[in-house]
Amino acid sequence: MVWDARRAPRNREMALTAMSIPLLSEATAFAVVGEQPSGIVPPMERTEAELIAAAVSGDTASFEPLIQKYSPRVFATARRYARLEREVEDIAQEVWIKAFQKLGSFRGDAPFEHWLMRMAVRTCYDFLRSHQRNRESAFSEISEPEDDWLERFATAPESASEHADAAKQLISRVLEEMSPAGRLIITLLELEDRSVKEISELTGWSVPLVKVRAFRARGEMRKILARLTRDKYL
Amino acid sequence: MNLEDLQKKLLAAARAHPPEDRVPYAFEKRILARLTAQPVDGSALWARALWRAAIPCVAVTLLMATLSLTMVSTETATVTDDDVSQQFELALLAPANQLEELQ
Repeated sequence: MVWDARRAPRNREMALTAMSIPLLSEATAFAVVGEQPSGIVPPMERTEAELIAAAVSGDTASFEPLIQKYSPRVFATARRYARLEREVEDIAQEVWIKAFQKLGSFRGDAPFEHWLMRMAVRTCYDFLRSHQRNRESAFSEISEPEDDWLERFATAPESASEHADAAKQLISRVLEEMSPAGRLIITLLELEDRSVKEISELTGWSVPLVKVRAFRARGEMRKILARLTRDKYL
Repeated sequence: MNLEDLQKKLLAAARAHPPEDRVPYAFEKRILARLTAQPVDGSALWARALWRAAIPCVAVTLLMATLSLTMVSTETATVTDDDVSQQFELALLAPANQLEELQ
């Protein structure tokens, strides 16, 4: 039986759903109301595989639901590596354009999201490498709250909360000082809690290489922290 | 200051502040507009066409080489008037021969 929300709002929730229908995309509205012109399959009702197949055959519009669905993840990933919103958008845009161009190489063995995230991580790594020369020596410009946080940590480590904005700013500065490979590894391993095998799949590096780079990255981070504290306390 | 603890604390701070997953308004429309408005890369089309043509070209070359080698071997055995290579050479040099005759 097809339920038409616009005709029969039986309770408040249904009425709200009916009100929101005009705000939804045409395809979603078809899905809710169940009225659909014959012969037209709205993009939202098609499976991911069907949308991908249509996009590969040149139907660009079929790519839109995929962009809508996975863009939040792409943006969250890009924001881990780029500071400026303009740079984040550039990365996300590049990821999607690459994804569209290479969609033919997607075999469907793994979920589309994994394939896309591999592309996103590699694009972010390329971004870090291309912006390597622009990295500033950030420790000379430590703000007062960051300075206070470090001071607090030096006197009583437990009193310095990791939820403080100053701590967030400090770790951002430390990560910006790191090499592209080091930053990528620390982000994936420590911040996203990914396994070495997962990182290997995402980056295309071998498992031993990931382990070596992780070891080096931790050392690099400790050196940067040593410099930060030496500049401040010696 | 204990660097190990500081490192742990800062990494915990980064984990406590995950990045936003906000997407700019009409981002997907912008991407679609970019995809549909992408200019046709002429050089890429040429490169693709040439790569595709490479295999038949190599095949034809190999075939012709094999044919000419077999023909040379038969030529050494019997040279006849209606030899293809002789006729081809005559046809090719015909204009030059005519010029010579006129002079």
